[in-house]
Amino acid sequence: MPTVFAEDSVGLVSPQTLRFAEPLTLACGRSLADYQLVYETYGQLNASASNAVLICHALSGHHHAAGYHRVDERKPGWWDSCIGPGKPIDTNKFFVVSLNNLGGCNGSTGPSSINPASGKPFGADFPMMTVEDWVHSQARLADRLGIGQWAAVVGGSLGGMQALQWSISYPERVRHCLAIASAPKLSAQNIAFNEVARQAILSDPDFHGGHFQEQGVIPKRGLILARMVGHITYLSDDAMGEKFGRDLKSDKLNYDFHSVEFQVESYLRYQGEEFSGRFDANTYLLMTKALDYFDPAAAHAGDLAKTLAPASADFCVMSFTTDWRFSPARSREIVDALMAAKKNVCYLEIDAPQGHDAFLIPIPRYLQAFSAYMHRISV
Amino acid sequence: MRADLDIIQDWIPAGSRVLDLGCGDGELLAWLREHKQVSGYGLEIDADNIAQCLRKGINVIEQDLDQGLGNFASNSFDVVVMTQALQAVQYPDKLLEEMLRVGRQCIITFPNFGHWRCRWDLARKGRMPVSEFLPYTWYNTPNIHFCTFLDFEALCHQMQLRVLDRLAVDRLHRHSLASRLWPNLLGEIGIYRVSGPSQTAV
Repeated sequence: MPTVFAEDSVGLVSPQTLRFAEPLTLACGRSLADYQLVYETYGQLNASASNAVLICHALSGHHHAAGYHRVDERKPGWWDSCIGPGKPIDTNKFFVVSLNNLGGCNGSTGPSSINPASGKPFGADFPMMTVEDWVHSQARLADRLGIGQWAAVVGGSLGGMQALQWSISYPERVRHCLAIASAPKLSAQNIAFNEVARQAILSDPDFHGGHFQEQGVIPKRGLILARMVGHITYLSDDAMGEKFGRDLKSDKLNYDFHSVEFQVESYLRYQGEEFSGRFDANTYLLMTKALDYFDPAAAHAGDLAKTLAPASADFCVMSFTTDWRFSPARSREIVDALMAAKKNVCYLEIDAPQGHDAFLIPIPRYLQAFSAYMHRISV
Repeated sequence: MRADLDIIQDWIPAGSRVLDLGCGDGELLAWLREHKQVSGYGLEIDADNIAQCLRKGINVIEQDLDQGLGNFASNSFDVVVMTQALQAVQYPDKLLEEMLRVGRQCIITFPNFGHWRCRWDLARKGRMPVSEFLPYTWYNTPNIHFCTFLDFEALCHQMQLRVLDRLAVDRLHRHSLASRLWPNLLGEIGIYRVSGPSQTAV
């Protein structure tokens, strides 16, 4: 157990909570009268509040992006490879804010929270959230923290979509926008995978129309399946081959359907099992819908360059060669639109075998480029 | 600044939009941004060069020139620059055509294979020229499409391009009287400014 943390770790951190009593009107037409956001911060906000960086999380992410909650915590936060003293998002320089989005299941108001109107968990009654809604709620968090303008808004995958949306919704409040392994909208294939995941949850008998909490159960089977199919899309064929190949758990075939025979089956089941114990099914449904709905260019007849025209941030877009969930081609769509809109933009296509998950992995060239970009941001 | 870049910068009007193909460490774009309020992008594939560009705050885009310039709209740049890369691309003629679609003018530099030293190596030794300036042997060279000044000008003629400016210089980028008189024999590097058939000179 690490009683002394590494020099480049933010060390022990504790989440904080802010309540918002001002109603938030959502894209779906409904509103949240009252909600709370849980977040963590790393580093110190400077006197002019010019060094703040917002971290936006992906589908199954949360506020715990770096450091440890306890000295005996097994793993640090999900983006610890990139946040800390001397790391790409250098906490000696930046004040980093990382929150759990609305609709989440890690402390911010979401489907598993108590609905004040009924006194019961929201469950399926929790309103649908969009990337835009999240950005508006994050702007309120910034207000409360005294941050008028972010030095940078940074995110990978669905987090990158939030970073892009920030540059469009609040151009004057973002100086740099970093969208990593992201896309300007989902493809039909992406939506199809999300739909399979949703159907796995919705068809679980324990789902109870989204009100499973009241029944004292969780749609575990559905969540496991959803995570399994999701996980396949996060890894590349090569990464899976390298990790598991056709390796067997034991040295013989059992000729049945019940036993776990191949290592890759064992891995997926473990991932699913672990996920089903920590993630809320309604949150999963909601997050996948937010992904499906994201399409900022739709407001301009599909013209992404026109959509990005109001942005005043400088952009950094990065993709990974073996990412087939959000392939480099999807990042290039963002880059091409930014260039057509005459924005400042850098684009890197990192050669990495890990697939979509590469954005979480400390790949030397990725970290080096990330650091170089963050280094040039003046605060 | 690299001597050829010093010559090129003189041909780029202040405030123009520039696309630099194979921008290296971003030296030209950084200089132009600072001294001539030029904006634009640099395309590069070398990881170290890209990292240097990032540090300088250059708009660097990781893109292989052999994939073409299909992602850029026609006439979206005032000047498209390509220094010392023409001989290393798969389809020099197609790229030249693309450069003139995307930009109103192009500035291109390339090594002259008609230089006397190249001719000497071939004629006397019967070997492919290897020099300090082009240090590769035939099997490992990234330079796959060598040409002479005359070859390049023949291509321009065939494509009906207008050569607006040209300069033959030695490896130190000096343009002497000799290289002006016999460029194809005494010039080591060609620096050309060309426009498409319908374009007029600035």
